[in-house]
Amino acid sequence: MGDPALSRRGFLAASAATGLGMTALSGCGGDSDGGGSSGTTTVEWWNISTTQPTKDVWAALAKQFEAENPKVKIKIVQLENDAYKSKMTALTASGKLPDIFHTWGGGVLKQQVDAGLVEDLTDRTKEWSGGLLPVAKEPYLIDEKPYGIPFDIGMVGFWYNKAHFKKAGIAAPPTTWSGFLDAVQALKSENITPIALAGKEKWPGMYYWAYLAMRTAGADALGKANDAKDFTGDEFVQAGRHLEELVDLQPFQKGFLGAAYSTPTGQAATVGNGRAAMELMGQWAPVVEADAGKGLGDDLGFFPFPAVEGGKGAITEVFGGGGGHALRRDAPQAAVDFLKFFASAATDRRLVEKTGVLPVVPAAEDVLTDPNLQAVQKQLKSSTGFQLYLDQAYAPAVGQEVNDSVAALIAGSKSPQQVAESITKTAKEEQ
Amino acid sequence: MTSTFLPDERTGPDVDRPPPSATAARGRGRRRAYHWLTAVGFQLPALVLFVVLVLLPILFALYAAFFRWGGFGMPSDYIGTENFTRAFDDPVLLGDLWRCLVLVVLSVALQLPFALATAVLLNQRMRGRAVYRMLFFAPYVLSEAITGVLFSMIFAPGDGLADQILGGVGLDGLGGEWFADPSMVMATLFLVMTWKYFGFHMMLYLAGLQSIPKELTEAALIDGANAWQRFRSVTLPLLAPTLRISVFLSVIGAIQLFDLVWVVTQGGPDHHSETMAVTMFQFGFKRYQVGYASAISVVMFGISLVFALAYQRFVLRRDLEGATTTMRGGGK
Repeated sequence: MGDPALSRRGFLAASAATGLGMTALSGCGGDSDGGGSSGTTTVEWWNISTTQPTKDVWAALAKQFEAENPKVKIKIVQLENDAYKSKMTALTASGKLPDIFHTWGGGVLKQQVDAGLVEDLTDRTKEWSGGLLPVAKEPYLIDEKPYGIPFDIGMVGFWYNKAHFKKAGIAAPPTTWSGFLDAVQALKSENITPIALAGKEKWPGMYYWAYLAMRTAGADALGKANDAKDFTGDEFVQAGRHLEELVDLQPFQKGFLGAAYSTPTGQAATVGNGRAAMELMGQWAPVVEADAGKGLGDDLGFFPFPAVEGGKGAITEVFGGGGGHALRRDAPQAAVDFLKFFASAATDRRLVEKTGVLPVVPAAEDVLTDPNLQAVQKQLKSSTGFQLYLDQAYAPAVGQEVNDSVAALIAGSKSPQQVAESITKTAKEEQ
Repeated sequence: MTSTFLPDERTGPDVDRPPPSATAARGRGRRRAYHWLTAVGFQLPALVLFVVLVLLPILFALYAAFFRWGGFGMPSDYIGTENFTRAFDDPVLLGDLWRCLVLVVLSVALQLPFALATAVLLNQRMRGRAVYRMLFFAPYVLSEAITGVLFSMIFAPGDGLADQILGGVGLDGLGGEWFADPSMVMATLFLVMTWKYFGFHMMLYLAGLQSIPKELTEAALIDGANAWQRFRSVTLPLLAPTLRISVFLSVIGAIQLFDLVWVVTQGGPDHHSETMAVTMFQFGFKRYQVGYASAISVVMFGISLVFALAYQRFVLRRDLEGATTTMRGGGK
């Protein structure tokens, strides 16, 4: 037995080597063998479209691009959402990203940009990216520079059952918070469960707090608070109080604290089966409602999150996010060409038509026929402010703490003040 | 170290043989080397895997627990024992410890006696005995994830099978929010755990019961012992080693409980069913505070280790010394 310090160092070296070995191994997948001998460029395209029909549509688009650009080969790597996220964290650590990769923008993209791994698209996409919907490009702007090109955009709002609203005598969807609370009470007095909520999963509850914070403190307040690592401002506490007002009315379905989102007894199914009047959810809600439950058909309507009286925010400011593609630093021109192809009106029409995303190219709007999605699109187009989903905008620990604290507020175990303090504490712990 | 691989040192009969000739010795030397190589050859893959996949990660977690570390690159931000003080300040983790204790006590006080009673019943001669045994053991074969999905449907408030059945027989009042009510969730969880695991313990006890010689119970019968006395003074003491192992498995199971909770409640509502493993997962894989999660895992490891060592030292020692065959401490 030698010097214990030495053997400890030996162990550290060994474990470091193991760690490096692992990143190197996972890095292998990311290597692109660009620049083949025959002058063809292979572009690796990592995405998360593992479900149909998107998977086939995207593969067909890649084929089409290859046909139009004979010297380019697109190599598609598809990973399921969570697998993709963990793989990307490993790749980010190893310092090499795929040529084209899926991104949600926000904090994760910023991390990758800060590590110098992502291509600044300002100059390389200038001539054609101007035509894209401004709000769709928002998540990928870091220090005002675009680092990603969107193919999807969406937002959170209330999806409601028109029949239930009619029965409760609510003439028009509420546009103010007090109007909203009145509507909840009107529904309750008709013995209709006003709101379905997936309490087990926490993130659907967070939407309420995030929107209320946007409405009381303004659209950019959540971003600023994150930068300053301080959520204890009066307006954030106020947002919590407004949420408390809602919770005090007991508007949620029976057993909501244990309910999941997309299961047969979950939030979406409860609304989809007509057993609750509304849910606060993203633009995918109609699909999930029909998938997990029966779906409401023509009875389904959409209205934006109401404004809070006296708040700094406006009803036209949206909370949402989408999907986009970013390029690794110094990606070949073929990758930029592919982004241009993917963001063309022709491609976007096909995406909107076949895969149910919302158009990011205004010219593709003509193929959007669903009246509810049209309503969402209208709201997005006229938006005056934007906040990205907090789990993408914030560091993971902060995003989770928001979810967790708001869940505690809804369960009645944390006060609005404590919510603000908990989030601030977690934000300060992250450097 | 190497001598343990040498077969000749443990083979006794060699000693009585006449001294070997020189060529035989050389041959045996070669054989020895050959045996040694075989042993190493067979053990090396497993050893390497064990070291790389088990030992190093454990040691690394121990190391990472002293850093603020997000899981990328190597830990560099050394913060001493801050992760541990934070863990023992965290009401959720303290709650985890309390809930773990509750589960252990409930398991030992309710689940295991129930399993024992079933085992004793099913050890009698009766029609369809094998069918009952199989039925009770079947839940153990299901994966925890499937059990979780199954019971979250059964206990779905209002719609679930449990509420429907209670409603059907006019007991609406007993229906409830099961997994959704903070004050009910642990009880419901324990019910599911009992459903899933009592069959396993029952099987252990059955095996133990069958190794008890019939002569002993017969002798007690002849001595005029009634059924309870036979159970209390013959069966139970002879079953004790099995009981001790079963308690051990039960406690370790409670400490590392994860899958079932994750699928059914994710630790909710509001942390009321969270276990240490769930808390660790939340911080490690949801929040990427891997240093802190490592500290939690070290605490879990420490608790398991201390319990396992203490249990072996004070409880299982009797089995290791063969307390069932040497009449030691017969008065107890």
